[in-house]
Order: sequence, then C-alpha cells, then structure tokens
Amino acid sequence: MRLTSKLQIVSILCSVLFSAGIFSVHAKDSDPKEGHHEEANAIDEDDEIAEYILHHIKDAHDFHLFSYNDSHGERKHVGFGLPIIVKTSDGFRFFSSSEFHHDDSGHVIVEKEGVSLVKYHEKIYELDKGQTEIHFDEDHHPDNAHAVLDFSITKSVFGMLLVFTLLIFWFRRLAAQYKKSSIPTGFSRILEPLVIYVRDEIAKPNIGEKQYKKFIGFLMTVFFFIWVSNLLGLMPFGFNITGQIAVTFSLALFTYIITHFSANKDYWKHIFWMPGVPIPMKIILAPIEFLGTLTKPFALMVRLFANISAGHIVVMSIIAIGITLRSTMGVFGASALSFALSLFITIIELLVAFLQAYIFTMLSALFIGMAVEEHEHH
Amino acid sequence: MDQLLNDFSPGLFIIQTVLMLVVIFLMIKFAWKPILSALEERESGIQDALNAAQKAKEQVEAMNSDNDRLLKEARAEREEMLKEARAIKDKIIADAEEMAQAESQKIIDKAKSTIESEKKAALEDIKTEVAKLSIAVAEKLLQDELAKDQKQTAHIDAIIDGVKLS
Repeated sequence: MRLTSKLQIVSILCSVLFSAGIFSVHAKDSDPKEGHHEEANAIDEDDEIAEYILHHIKDAHDFHLFSYNDSHGERKHVGFGLPIIVKTSDGFRFFSSSEFHHDDSGHVIVEKEGVSLVKYHEKIYELDKGQTEIHFDEDHHPDNAHAVLDFSITKSVFGMLLVFTLLIFWFRRLAAQYKKSSIPTGFSRILEPLVIYVRDEIAKPNIGEKQYKKFIGFLMTVFFFIWVSNLLGLMPFGFNITGQIAVTFSLALFTYIITHFSANKDYWKHIFWMPGVPIPMKIILAPIEFLGTLTKPFALMVRLFANISAGHIVVMSIIAIGITLRSTMGVFGASALSFALSLFITIIELLVAFLQAYIFTMLSALFIGMAVEEHEHH
Repeated sequence: MDQLLNDFSPGLFIIQTVLMLVVIFLMIKFAWKPILSALEERESGIQDALNAAQKAKEQVEAMNSDNDRLLKEARAEREEMLKEARAIKDKIIADAEEMAQAESQKIIDKAKSTIESEKKAALEDIKTEVAKLSIAVAEKLLQDELAKDQKQTAHIDAIIDGVKLS
C-alpha cells in the first residue's frame, strides 16, 4: 500500500508542474496545520515529505543547511539568516530572517518599529493594524494581513548574486587573458569554446551574420546565467533560481522587450497586416499574430520554470524513496534503490541544465532573428 | 494557477530584472566585447596565416614549375652544345685527316723525286766509273798492243772508231 501511495505522490508531483489545478489541490492536502508545526521529529511521513519537497522548490528567506534532533528530542535547524528587506505600509524595514526562528507558519511575529510582520509559506505578511495573530480563510490565505513588497536577499537572490559574481569573475579573467596571449589558460580554456559555441551555434545562425553583434551580449549573459544557475541548483545547497517563476518571467520579459524594440517594419507588418492574403484574412490574422508575440515569451518562461522545478521535485522525490520505502524494502533496499535512481536522474538533470539554457537562448535568438530579418519584398 | 501566482514574488522579479540589466551591461563592457573582439582578431589572424600559407604554397609551386622549365631548357641547351661539339670534332678530325694525307702525299712526292734524282746521279756515277774502267782496261790493252808499233796504230784507230761509234 505504501508503494502505491508513494508512486501516486511521485506521479502527482511530476504532473504538478503541467497542471496548475493539481498543484493547488495538492497544496491543500499538505495543510500546514496537519503536520508542519509538529516538527518535533524528522520528516518521514509521505505527506510531510511531499510538503517538504514543495517547500524546498520555493524561494527561502533563510539559508538552511541541515536539521537534527538534539539529545532532548528537540528539532534543531542549522543555517544562517539572510537579510530581509521589505516595503511595508510604513516604509522600508530591514532585519535578519533569523528573527523568524525558522518559523514558516505565520506564528512568530516580528515587531519592527510599529509594524508586525509574519512569514507564512515563505511570504512575508504585514498584520493589519491592531491584529496580534494571523488568521486564515478557508483557502488558507491570511485574511487579516497583506503581503508586502519583498526585496529580501532570499536564497534565490543570494544564489543569483553568486552566479553573477562568478560570471563576471570568470569572463573578466578570460577577457584579461586575451590581452596577454591569444590562447587562454586554465579554466578560461573551458569557457572559450562555450563562448564560441553560443556565438557560432546560437547567435549567428538564428540572427544572421550581419546583426548578431547587437544581441550577443544579452544572449551570452542569459545563456551562462541560466546554465550556471541550473547547475548550482543541482548542488547540495539546492538553490532554485531558474525554478522561480519571477526569475524566468524577468528573463522572458527581456527577450520580449529586446525582440520588439529591435523589430523592423516588416515584422510589424507581418503581425498587423499580413501581406499576400485577402483583407478579411488580414483582419482575422492580426489578433492571432499579436497573441503569438505574447505566447512565445510566455512559453519561454514556463518551459524553463517547469523543467527546473520538475527536475528538483523528481530528484527530491526519488531521494525520499529511501525513507518512504523503508518499511517494504528494508533500509538497505530502499537506500540502494533511491541512490541508483537519483544518480540516474541527476545525470539527466545535468543534461537538462545545459539543454534548458540552450533552448532558452536559442529561442530568444530565433525570436530576435525573426524580428530583425530582412524580408525580400514579394 | 492560483498557486503559481501566489508564488510569484514581485520583489524577486524586480531584483532579478535590475541585477540582470546591470550584469548585462557590465558583461558587455568588461567581458563580451573584449572576448569577442579578441576571438575575432585571432580568427582573422588564423585566416590570414592560412591564406599566406596557401599563397606561399602557390608561389613554391610556381617556382617549381619555373625550375622545371629552366632545367628542361638547360638540358636542351646542353644537348645542342654537345651536338655542336661533336660536329666540330668530326670536322676537325676530317680536316686533320685531309691535311695529313696532303702532307704525306707531298712527302711521298718529294721522296719519289729525290729517289729519281739520286738514281740519275748514281747512273751518271756508274757511267763515269764504267768509262774510267774501260779507259783503264783500254790503257792496259793499249800498252800491250802498242808494244808492237804497227799494230798499235791500227788498234788505236780501231778503238777510237769503236768508242766513237758506241
């Protein structure tokens, strides 16, 4: 029975990303009131694991390293706080996330100069004036508090800063090495073929020899940002940068804006007044084509987000096999199965990390190429 | 969808967008531009080197064909010279032969004439000797004959007649 229920969870988790409906149903199943608060013990129930996984693909306000039970049977979390920067109704507030004491259920209230703040499901809410405790409605949305604009250095922002720092450091060094010799040495030697790859296999064929130079900076930065972020996500600290919809939305927005700001007359003409078709068709095609311009970056956003989140969920679910199948397969069997499967999936995830960076950059280049392409007039 | 929208953090979006903008510009200025121009420079350098090599190869080839032509010409010239030399040699030999023949003819002719004159002189000598001998014989005979007077005179007359006649 446990096996089937486990498989159900895995399959639900896998389909979660492609069907938002199941996502919310599942979120309801893992009601925080049922398990999450009673964190006295290690997480080893199916529901707890499912919730734990969904919690971990979310952004986090503190940097959690590991948890353990101390000699008194009390659950201890080891990690460090990250700065919280929020814009409340009374201006900005800065403090460390450790003030929430790892609470994510809205029960710890941080008082900051007349503003009461709580953290619930990794979102920061400001309690309405005069409220001392958070209340939830039937959908588990707080009904006496409102979300604040959150500029915190969350785990994702931390990871993002790390990636950007790495990128600047690596490529700055590569650029500096060219000044000394035309052949780079050391790690830069790995970066060089990647740069050439993006230029020759992504930018040039999709945008064209003449115009690619204007867009290469964006394409390179996006490619390496996504790839390094994806790889960082596979490492033990489990950053989930490209699995944040806000991040992929921002990236897709860049593509959308660059595409439409550099588009030439022909591109707009093909959208709003399609040449070579009868006038009624032109009128019908215009809204369809216009919608097409929006769906393209939307697909970019969802593809990257879904792939990376799914990857994280599958890897974590398979690791969880080691716990959930312990009663049917024994400790050794479950661990071996979990190890073998997660090794296999992680290798696939390595491929996916590159593939998604490639696809995002390639499609961005393709859209830009379509917008700047010089048509022969027919 | 509700969950997705709930997970969307506007703050994160703003941070990402601002950071991304800054990083794109930083990377373009400090990384991509120098890297790409260095790569292009290197690639055009390689292309130039390849072109130069190709050119040098062509030049060498042209030189080789020139050499071949020169060699052929030289060979033909040598052949010509040899031919000429052979002809000269033949001519010289023929000339020499001719001259030698003429010289030897001359010598032979000279020898022949010498022999002729020597023969004549020898014959003259022999004649004189014979004359002397016959005179001596005649003297002896005359001495004997003339011992008897009459007879002497007759004999002398006869001999003188005989000599005159011969």
